Amino acid sequence: MKTIRGRLIMIGVLVVASIIALIPRNVTQRVIDPHSGRMKDTTVRRLPINLGLDLQGGIHLALEVDESRGPVPDCADAIQRAERVVRTRVDEFGTSEPVVQRQGRCRLIVELAGEKDPARAKGVIQRTAFLEFRIVDMKNLFRDVLPQMDGALKRAGVKSRSAAPSAVAQLFGDTSKAARDSATDANTPGVLSSLLFQGSMPGEFLVPEEQWPLVDSLIQRPEIRGLMPRGIDLRWGAAAESRSARAYRPLYAVDSRPIITGEELVKAVARRDQVTNGSIVAFQLGRRGARVFAQETARHVGDFMAIILDGKVQGQPPVIRSQIGANGQIELGTKPLQEASDLALVLRAGALPAPLTIVDERTISATLGADSIHDGVIAGIVGVLLVIAIMMGYYRVAGSLAVAALTLYCLFTLAGLALFGFTLTLPGLAGFVLSIGIAVDANVLIFERIREELVHGKSLRLSVEEGFLHAMNAIVDSNVSTILTALILYAVGTGPVQGFAITLIIGIIASMISAIFVVKTLFLIWLYRRPDMVTLSI
Amino acid sequence: MIRLFNNAKYDFIKWRRAAFSLTGAILLVGLAFLATRGLNYSIEFTGGTLVQFELAKRVETGAIRAALDQRGLHGADVYNFGSDTSYVVRARLGAAASEGDAGTQAVADSVSRALDQVAGTGQYQIAQRQSVGPKVGRELQGKALMAILLSFVVTMIYLAVRFEWRFGLAAVVATAHDVIATIAFISVMHLEVSLIVVGAVLTVVGYSLNDTIIIFDRVRENLRKYRRQNLYEILNLSINETLPRSVLTHGTTIATTIALLVLAGEVIRPFAWVMTFGIFTGTFSSIYIAAPVLLWIEKRWPGEDARGARTLGARSPVGTSAPQSGSSSVATSAPRTPQPTR
Repeated sequence: MKTIRGRLIMIGVLVVASIIALIPRNVTQRVIDPHSGRMKDTTVRRLPINLGLDLQGGIHLALEVDESRGPVPDCADAIQRAERVVRTRVDEFGTSEPVVQRQGRCRLIVELAGEKDPARAKGVIQRTAFLEFRIVDMKNLFRDVLPQMDGALKRAGVKSRSAAPSAVAQLFGDTSKAARDSATDANTPGVLSSLLFQGSMPGEFLVPEEQWPLVDSLIQRPEIRGLMPRGIDLRWGAAAESRSARAYRPLYAVDSRPIITGEELVKAVARRDQVTNGSIVAFQLGRRGARVFAQETARHVGDFMAIILDGKVQGQPPVIRSQIGANGQIELGTKPLQEASDLALVLRAGALPAPLTIVDERTISATLGADSIHDGVIAGIVGVLLVIAIMMGYYRVAGSLAVAALTLYCLFTLAGLALFGFTLTLPGLAGFVLSIGIAVDANVLIFERIREELVHGKSLRLSVEEGFLHAMNAIVDSNVSTILTALILYAVGTGPVQGFAITLIIGIIASMISAIFVVKTLFLIWLYRRPDMVTLSI
Repeated sequence: MIRLFNNAKYDFIKWRRAAFSLTGAILLVGLAFLATRGLNYSIEFTGGTLVQFELAKRVETGAIRAALDQRGLHGADVYNFGSDTSYVVRARLGAAASEGDAGTQAVADSVSRALDQVAGTGQYQIAQRQSVGPKVGRELQGKALMAILLSFVVTMIYLAVRFEWRFGLAAVVATAHDVIATIAFISVMHLEVSLIVVGAVLTVVGYSLNDTIIIFDRVRENLRKYRRQNLYEILNLSINETLPRSVLTHGTTIATTIALLVLAGEVIRPFAWVMTFGIFTGTFSSIYIAAPVLLWIEKRWPGEDARGARTLGARSPVGTSAPQSGSSSVATSAPRTPQPTR
């Protein structure tokens, strides 16, 4: 009786602990307030089991450092710094419990549950958001070397006819091949200079929209790079501008040295311009940044200043009228306010150390997830009912004890998932259902053993005792081997498969507790209450 | 009290040649399928783009395919998924005109535009979308293979420690048979090999080992208990003794996999198929592969348990019988059976 009491107390403790682990609790979630558009905290009452993206819908992204534009020396360090920036960004993004974690050395996993706009999420996460302010080429250093550049291109054998008709040829309205050939042979217009039209300020050049890929390839050539004046870089405008019914892409020659970068920025908010009604991002610099900015702008009064974001000049560079202090703004024109607030968000979070590329992307709608849960639960219930029918039909009373233990098994497994904060995925759900079928295996082994002992003519109590004892070897060996394969699955697998492996491992441990300890206790109670029993219903 | 296979005394080992021939023939057919048709890898392994969507009404898959062709997306698979109005477009890297990471995004966009045309804007719902770069796909292929091989090594070590290396080797041979048979089954059924399916194959590995270990555990015990029985008899006896357990456990496990197969939806179905098949082959191999292979190993490299294994030829020993049950005194109730001579 004493052992029974001790065992019952243990089971009671386990059951109470499991129930406590599964009590719905208040979880704080950050959500966007639909009225004000700001982030706010809300509390939701729910079961403390995390559902995987495949069950609740959402976006899963795997990101790596983009090395298409040149190698990145230390990707692990870059990813580590990117992780911090991306986490800051997604924390403000408006999804509950976003996941940002490193996988391996050079990969970053981002999971946003319930997010419905993948394009926007990707934009916010992937944006490098490197902001810098540079003075445009006020001394026309770039324009002065254009003739030399044309000459170098000509020597390199680049002819303007290799691409679309040149600007000069277009002026004459003559696009025939012969005319184009003569136009280049007549050596009047240069290959590069003929494609650039002087803009409204020094250092600004307009390129016809359809020609800008060509010009971009020309300025990347080593001959041209070699001739670039010291201290001058070329940067494209972010968007095409239309002048007299034609679209032009502005190209700016700017100082190589930024007067200040986004690192100094402490605050950024999106709002509408009162006068033009355009979207703007107003920002504020920190104390050190503001001092540098004031000094630099004081030196450059009357100059034009390009605001460059991720290598693209934003809008037309404004002229510096007087010394500028801590506050400034970036004009986005007619773009929606949403875009401005996303830009403000990424500027606040800081720049990524290196551009990121998406190597794996998965978007699952919430309805698909809900369907999966529904189907999985139905399959689970039917599976459990079948197992109950088999066990009770075959083993009668002993079978019903096993079934009672099975309910505890389900409770323990779910509590294990909740307690360790593991995520339940669709394969995990399947693994759980499958493990119900396997969970009774230990009981089957024990019951068969007890039957054998009974057949051998042993007494009822001794048979039960030895049945449990002798079945242990087989149970331990077989379960350890299953746990080993599940561990390998966990180590090698990713996401959903890891969820499956975890569910399997927790399930096996729970089944050892329920099938051996709980069922033994139930047997002891059964034998204690029926001391006169001569045949076992097994 | 219901009793299945109570006191069964089937001579399982006698049928080992027939069983080898049968499984060999089945494996040959499966491998022929594997060689000619190969495996139907999911984009998780090949890289590429998958879009699953729900239409308001039924549309011929041909119409969707034509619209995709118009958008320059050639060679994409289009098929129904689960229900009549649910479709999947799958464009593998290399198969489609897309290459590289940027390509997968372009594919997703052209699918959306093709759907705008076929079904009308807003007449469809994207249920899920997945784009996998080529690098990730290659990594996964390596990892899946690694996982299976690693599980073999770990199991062999574990069994070598708990039993003896001969038992470990026999169990791994049986399990390798199951893996090959399962992969052949996947090929014959043309199931999509996704991460979940690889997980199922590994679960089959675990399950089959589990089953083999239960029998071997009994073999180990009987070897100690019946000192005069030869290995052939011990193997048969052990299989027969564990037969009721095998039937019961497979019954409950099959019940759950069939519930998954029928009710758990399209995503889990390949997993459920593999598990259902794997349970059958796992049971078969524990009895007809693991035990005879152990016998064969003990014959080639006799260990201390190789009683009579060396003398075993094509014929089974005369008068194979399980020792009388119901008696606790071991030696007297198990008369030494005469060994056949070659």
